[in-house]
Amino acid sequence: METVEQIKARVEAAVPGAQLEIVRNGSPCAQHSIRVDPEHALAVARFLLIDPLLRLDYDSNVTAVDWLDAVTKETTKTKQVIDGVERDIEQTSERTRPGYLEVVHHLYSMELKQGPVILRLRTANRTDQTHVPSLTPVWRGAEFQEREAYDLYGIIFDGHPDLRRILMWDEFKDHPMRKDYVEPDDYEYEPTPHDEVLEKAKQHRAGQLK
Amino acid sequence: MSERGDSLGTSVAPAPYTLLSKPAGNGSQPTDLLEISMGPQHPSTHGVFRMDVVLDGERVVKLKPIFGYLHRNHEKIAENTTYLASIPYTDRLDYFCSLTNNWAYCLAVEKLAGLQVPERAEYIRIITAELTRLQNHTCLGGFLLQDMGATGTPLMYAFREREKILDLFEELTGARMMCNYMRFGGCRCDLPNGWLDQAKAVVAEFPRFLDEFENLLNENEILMSRTQGVGVLSKELAVNSSITGPMLRATGINYDLRKVDRYGIYDRFPFRVPLGDHGDVYDRYMVRVLEMRESLKILEPALRDIPAGPIVDPKAKLRGFRPKAGEAYGRIEAPKGELGFFLISDGSPNPYRYRVRPPSFINLTILEDMCLGQHVADVVIILGSVDIVLGEVDR
Repeated sequence: METVEQIKARVEAAVPGAQLEIVRNGSPCAQHSIRVDPEHALAVARFLLIDPLLRLDYDSNVTAVDWLDAVTKETTKTKQVIDGVERDIEQTSERTRPGYLEVVHHLYSMELKQGPVILRLRTANRTDQTHVPSLTPVWRGAEFQEREAYDLYGIIFDGHPDLRRILMWDEFKDHPMRKDYVEPDDYEYEPTPHDEVLEKAKQHRAGQLK
Repeated sequence: MSERGDSLGTSVAPAPYTLLSKPAGNGSQPTDLLEISMGPQHPSTHGVFRMDVVLDGERVVKLKPIFGYLHRNHEKIAENTTYLASIPYTDRLDYFCSLTNNWAYCLAVEKLAGLQVPERAEYIRIITAELTRLQNHTCLGGFLLQDMGATGTPLMYAFREREKILDLFEELTGARMMCNYMRFGGCRCDLPNGWLDQAKAVVAEFPRFLDEFENLLNENEILMSRTQGVGVLSKELAVNSSITGPMLRATGINYDLRKVDRYGIYDRFPFRVPLGDHGDVYDRYMVRVLEMRESLKILEPALRDIPAGPIVDPKAKLRGFRPKAGEAYGRIEAPKGELGFFLISDGSPNPYRYRVRPPSFINLTILEDMCLGQHVADVVIILGSVDIVLGEVDR
């Protein structure tokens, strides 16, 4: 099968304006993936489906990943002349990479028996702009899996035919697979006085006394 | 006059979620549609699973599967524990086939960390996985006939055979269903003395059961008329909807991961992939029966040729296991379809992302398409032929 670089070059030639980026994978299996911008994701998906060399007709696995805000510290050493003496000054600058939600598609070809080609789509942030295009119009197999990603991560798939909660009940508020999910305080009496049970009961009482 | 308003029943309070656009029974349509809820406590749903079905007479007009009653957020639990500690949890996904669940997870971890599996462990994995396939498919046949009204007999025949295989599992792993046997880089413990001979005896006896089962059922007129042409799935829809396993092969698509990916040492064994023709319930039943015969073709040489040697890669470090940052997707051909695990490591002892690709969950995508226009009694059979396990659907 073609390498991700070749696929990227051919997709860019076929879908004008598409911005693709190769995401490297450090593990020994070297399954590198291609990141697609949300605007062109549907066009790229259609190309991958019908392209005679790839024929990725099988969308095996659709899932989401929650990436929290990451703070990376960088220390730079500069030489400055202070009071006529040259000194090394260390400056630490903190760079915040805003968090985002990521949708990962593992595509295979049943016809040509090859794969995987891994597509990644990112949302703008984790709070109010969590939209990505749904690929269910191209691969029906994504239907339930995108509903699951919506349910558990809160990603809104534009163009999905039936975007409802699938595993949690409809009245449920939060998205439990997010990394910063806090479970609701629905403390019930537990007969085992383990330390964590006692701690939970204590917090529950404190919350009620407020 | 009832308290609810006029006796025509036009002021029925709207249900919070309903498939009907207008309430049933107001007499404004030529034939009244009826919305019924099948499940969650229905004997044919094999667990807690509900279908919201709209019927026009006896025919299905709309059907939406509703599940999640068994949801425990398996993926979150696994992200909060170490790689080793999630192996027993994988048993609970598809509780009929815990050994293949173990294998799929271990395969993904092995890909993530680049571990090798010793030869003997590969043989043990293939033997246990094919025995798992045998017991899953026998039970499915029994359950399918039970759903059709053949109460008792075929299911008991199937359970009698399954019991022999579960005895083997119990002797090997200590548990009948929750085996928790495989480890990344190999298996947990070596075969007990005499286990191979017992397994050989079970495998040698199995064709007799299959002959009996097939004689009883394959050309049974009731079975044929209830299943042939029922729940037909087209090739194109099956591929587009990511259907895998015997359901896909019943439509005639030759896609078996044991042949495509050749994971483990499946390339050393000669076996064929049975394919269906029509994609109906009968083909799904027959593909499974034929797959059992092919599994026996793998088991016989595997039990004969299994070499001596270590069963765990000496480099595999089970406790304090910290793979380098990266990700991997590993998949195997489980009895129900493609079972995949997607893992992202950030270098810590817990996976950053742990995802199960559950075959029976995704095979439910096209349940509505298969049931439209069918009789309501056939919905039970179509669902039975999908072969779902709610531990895996709901996770």
